[in-house]
Amino acid sequence: MKAAPFDYFRPASLQEAAERLSVNSDDGAMILAGGQSLVPMMALRVAYASELIDLNAIKGIDTVSRSERGIAIPPLVRHADFHSSDVAPGPLGHVLATVSRHIAHYPIRQRGTFCGSLAHADPSSEWCLIAAALDAEIELLSVSGRRRIKAKDWWAGVMETVREPEEIIVAVHLPLLPDDIQWGFYEFNRRAGDFALGMAFCCYRLTEGLITKPHVALGGIEEYPRRIPEAEAVLEGATPSAEVFGEAARTASKAVNPLEDPATPAAYRRDLSATVVRRALTSATQTKSSPALSA
Amino acid sequence: MSEKIEFSLKVNGTDFSIACPPRKTLADALREDCRLTGTHVGCEHGVCGACTVVVDGRAVRACLMFAVQAQGSEVRTVEGLAQNDVLSPLQQAFIDNHALQCGFCTPGFLMLINGAFERDPDICEDELTELLSSNLCRCTGYRNIARAVLQVADKLKARSELAVGKPS
Ligand SMILES: Cc1cc2nc3c(=O)[nH]c(=O)nc-3n(C[C@H](O)[C@H](O)[C@H](O)COP(=O)(O)OP(=O)(O)OC[C@H]3O[C@@H](n4cnc5c(N)ncnc54)[C@H](O)[C@@H]3O)c2cc1C
Ligand code: FES
Ligand code: FES
Repeated sequence: MKAAPFDYFRPASLQEAAERLSVNSDDGAMILAGGQSLVPMMALRVAYASELIDLNAIKGIDTVSRSERGIAIPPLVRHADFHSSDVAPGPLGHVLATVSRHIAHYPIRQRGTFCGSLAHADPSSEWCLIAAALDAEIELLSVSGRRRIKAKDWWAGVMETVREPEEIIVAVHLPLLPDDIQWGFYEFNRRAGDFALGMAFCCYRLTEGLITKPHVALGGIEEYPRRIPEAEAVLEGATPSAEVFGEAARTASKAVNPLEDPATPAAYRRDLSATVVRRALTSATQTKSSPALSA
Repeated sequence: MSEKIEFSLKVNGTDFSIACPPRKTLADALREDCRLTGTHVGCEHGVCGACTVVVDGRAVRACLMFAVQAQGSEVRTVEGLAQNDVLSPLQQAFIDNHALQCGFCTPGFLMLINGAFERDPDICEDELTELLSSNLCRCTGYRNIARAVLQVADKLKARSELAVGKPS
């Protein structure tokens, strides 16, 4: 239960980290961020690194920055930094604060990072679900330059992304949410703090009582989280009601290709996907109007 | 690769010179190099919480940090809570409320609670339940741990314990 030997490198800037990674990633060098996934995997000897490039000493990458259109989350922003809804303006801050409390447990959240979750790409990662649901963009840096990937193009399978081994996630960009957004999140797991067996994030706006621009996203069900366009089509232009939500939920559960594991058959996850979508949509109707809250 | 790195670790206000390979966890360095065996090691993969310590004001798993990562940080362990052989209010409340039986989990719970109150003094009762679910206790059933915390919550909010644990 001890990690295999590795070299340790502590860069002072992201540029220095990228240079080091470009030289050593072929030999198995890896980025160390919060360490809350990588370190247990190394202890269990399911992950090996020839060298760990520890981002934790880099200054100025631990605070969320805001622009007119959204927020940028750099590599040392920890899950717990979202406990307070002030970290992002308006409803987005409330979404992130609510969801953050579903990730693991308090001490894990003190170190685990948002960018690390996107890199690790666990199918049940709450931050991956939010990135998919809100059409995040992932910004990568390597010695060859920078590129941005849209969330819908980010994942390639279970714990697999399109990131090249020499690339570092230097920011995840999330758009602000309008003040009148209705949103809901629902997660199911057997014990509090465990990885989700299934979870949904849904949001929409109301125009003259009709649903516009609905987003329905599922996590923990398939190889990676994604929006479910078939369910969104059911909602678009409809009046919110238990019947419409039920139909969107059933449509979502038909559209997914669920994961299977010894304790959880695919049929169970398919069933669960309808339940979590319905509950997330129902909770969206209870969104408190947010303008007064946006600080 | 496994060459030793020399650095210093600041624990409960005292500097320790350490020479260990990078793969040594903070939990192991505290126990073996600093000889502070109050921090316990259970699962070694972040689940049980026996190893919880406070690093730069945050309650964290000492088995999920490498010791080299704590250079330049302030580490606080259960040994830093009592002052001059007088138990801290939270430690005393654990005894008064029968919040420990075998005691294996106790150092982790004490540091979890201290770290959380230091960082989030306004923690409410619901959040407290969630907080206590972070660590495993096989003996008490958690109820008495919650009672102990509630008894001294006001004092913890005033940060009295951590203030004394800090180097002056
Ligand atoms: C007991 C326990 C329970 C947990 N429960 C949950 C849960 O319910 N939900 C959940 O989402 N997570 C959970 N986690 C995982 C936790 O959220 C991790 O923090 C997260 O998955 C990874 O973030 P990290 O910063 O800790 O990354 P690390 O562990 O440091 O790294 C993980 C991987 O990502 C790479 N990486 C990290 N940052 C970057 C970067 N900026 N650029 C490129 N590559 C990078 C690393 O090289 C490594 O391959 C749990 C962990 C534990 C120990
Ligand atoms: S030993 Fe660190 S959490 Fe179990
Ligand atoms: S007192 Fe025995 S495990 Fe908690």
